[in-house]
Amino acid sequence: MILIKDKWTFKLNLSKYIIVFILVALMIFSGILSPAFLKPRNILNIFWQTSYVGIIAIGITFVMIAGGIDLSVGSMVALLGALAIQSVNKFGDSALSVFLSILLTYGLGILLGFGTGLLTTKGKIPAFVTTLGGMAIYRSLVLNFANGGVYMTISRKYSDIGMKFVLGLPLPMIVFIAYAIVAYILLDKTKFGRHVYAVGANETAALYSAIKVDMVRTLTYVVSGVSVATSAVLLSSMMSSVSSSSTGNGFELDAIAAAVIGGTSLSGGKGSVFGTFFGALILGVINNMLVMLNVAVYLQGMVKGLIIIAAVLLQNLRKE
Amino acid sequence: MRKFLVFLVLAIVVLSFAAKIRVGVAIPAADHGWTGGMVWWAQYAIKQYQNDPDVEFYLVTAKEPSEQIAQVQALMAKGIDALVINPYESAPLTPICVQAFRQGIFTVIVDRGINSEEYNCYIAGDNYMYGYLAGKYIAEKLKGKGNIVVIRGIPCSIDDERVQAFKDAISLYPDLKIIAEQPGYWSREKAFEVMQTLLTKFGTIDAVWTGDDDMLHGVLLALKQAGRDKNMVLVGGACEKNMVKMIMDGHPLIGVNFTYPPNMISTAINLAVMALRKQDLNGFYQRGIPRKIILATETVTKENAKDYYFPESVF
Repeated sequence: MILIKDKWTFKLNLSKYIIVFILVALMIFSGILSPAFLKPRNILNIFWQTSYVGIIAIGITFVMIAGGIDLSVGSMVALLGALAIQSVNKFGDSALSVFLSILLTYGLGILLGFGTGLLTTKGKIPAFVTTLGGMAIYRSLVLNFANGGVYMTISRKYSDIGMKFVLGLPLPMIVFIAYAIVAYILLDKTKFGRHVYAVGANETAALYSAIKVDMVRTLTYVVSGVSVATSAVLLSSMMSSVSSSSTGNGFELDAIAAAVIGGTSLSGGKGSVFGTFFGALILGVINNMLVMLNVAVYLQGMVKGLIIIAAVLLQNLRKE
Repeated sequence: MRKFLVFLVLAIVVLSFAAKIRVGVAIPAADHGWTGGMVWWAQYAIKQYQNDPDVEFYLVTAKEPSEQIAQVQALMAKGIDALVINPYESAPLTPICVQAFRQGIFTVIVDRGINSEEYNCYIAGDNYMYGYLAGKYIAEKLKGKGNIVVIRGIPCSIDDERVQAFKDAISLYPDLKIIAEQPGYWSREKAFEVMQTLLTKFGTIDAVWTGDDDMLHGVLLALKQAGRDKNMVLVGGACEKNMVKMIMDGHPLIGVNFTYPPNMISTAINLAVMALRKQDLNGFYQRGIPRKIILATETVTKENAKDYYFPESVF
């Protein structure tokens, strides 16, 4: 009996870890084709480059498990990044000013997440519509205040954050990993996390179990807002600028793709931070590999698409 | 007496209304630095006419071809005498531009051509020279020998033409090699990422050409971060203001820039007004406005940079 049970959990784990195998296989494959790929420096770069979308993808995982979707994250990165930069410019180049600006950015991120949540739950507007609206509104605000141009800061204190190395590792990478661990605990080890799954799997059942469905849903958008704020601070400080027209473009699709590659269901109830973390890394490895292998410009989309489909297909085959 | 006054006022209103030139300006919304620049320059040109009661402008920006078609239809319904348009895409916008032309609206096509000859005037930048001059500069600067990285924009026909011209220019030098050609999608972040990756792959890179200055900003950041911002020739393009400022201040790696001016929209707006006022171009023996104008790609160096520096512009 015990034997059978062990075998069963092993099998479950295997299907969970298959995404790690896919990642490793991709890396070995790229390493064979281009030895420079496996340089430690490049691996760090991949982590670094993935972190911005990766952090957002972790937030979106909460939203998607609870049965929602957030399309506004890309524009929100630009909006929050612009806010951070403008406040640093206003408050001056000091540690306190940077701290205040970041606080403000998180404040707006939480507020916007909360607003989206309320509109979706209390206003009964489908999340797709609320966040599609948000995507248009945030982008248009960013464009309007910059007149279509670029928000820039010359604050050294602020731009040092995004370029910082701690113990030889880029700060965005450290934040990404730490963020994933905290999110994992929140989703897998707390009551809130269990409620998120319950709401997404079966709303009626969740209601009968006295779960505050609307509250849980709303909070998932707040988590998404916090993730976007984190990403926005890291990205805008690294570039010391936010382009009102291009910063964050397409982040929403990459983040959703990372979550889905990691096994998050588009219809809610299923998913994990673990999966999303590696899903995001797979996307990062693909992007890096395209450059490393100098894949022909027009074929890059095809290569990317094929690998994504194959990654999800492999996981599905494993499950059966 | 009162009747006469009323008549006079009416007459003035009618006359001024009849004489008023109405110009519709339709351009894509800002989706990267350069298009942002075009929106800014369109607003700038329109502002130059603000004290001129005889001209009226309607400026619209579109996020996709279908939206732009709808906007042009709305402009035509409202009634315009001239249409200045930077088509979002050639094929879908062709019919509506042709329709405007056939209705007698003075139609100025800016930069992206349409698949028809039915328009009044076409004005565009020179994509070929934009790539060619960058290639020639790098080749001469490297004395015909070295490894070049090309970070191009969004893969499309305009970008293809520039990259091809760049390759034509360096093909005269057999010892010049393009070791990587990757898209940076005209975005700082993307170019930063690509450059970061290429720096780990290649130990020596002698020159980098990016399709525009936004991407060169990203490249500069990657170089600085990797501590390799020396002994390299960097060339961007399109004269983004901060890049022009760097050249003006004598940047050690960036010594040159080439125009692909977003203010061609301002010129186009002026051309439309001049055409409706039956004005001619100075120095031309012919009447009216030329039908096709290709603007020269101008070379910007430390010496003349101040003429190309527009600090109040967004690009």
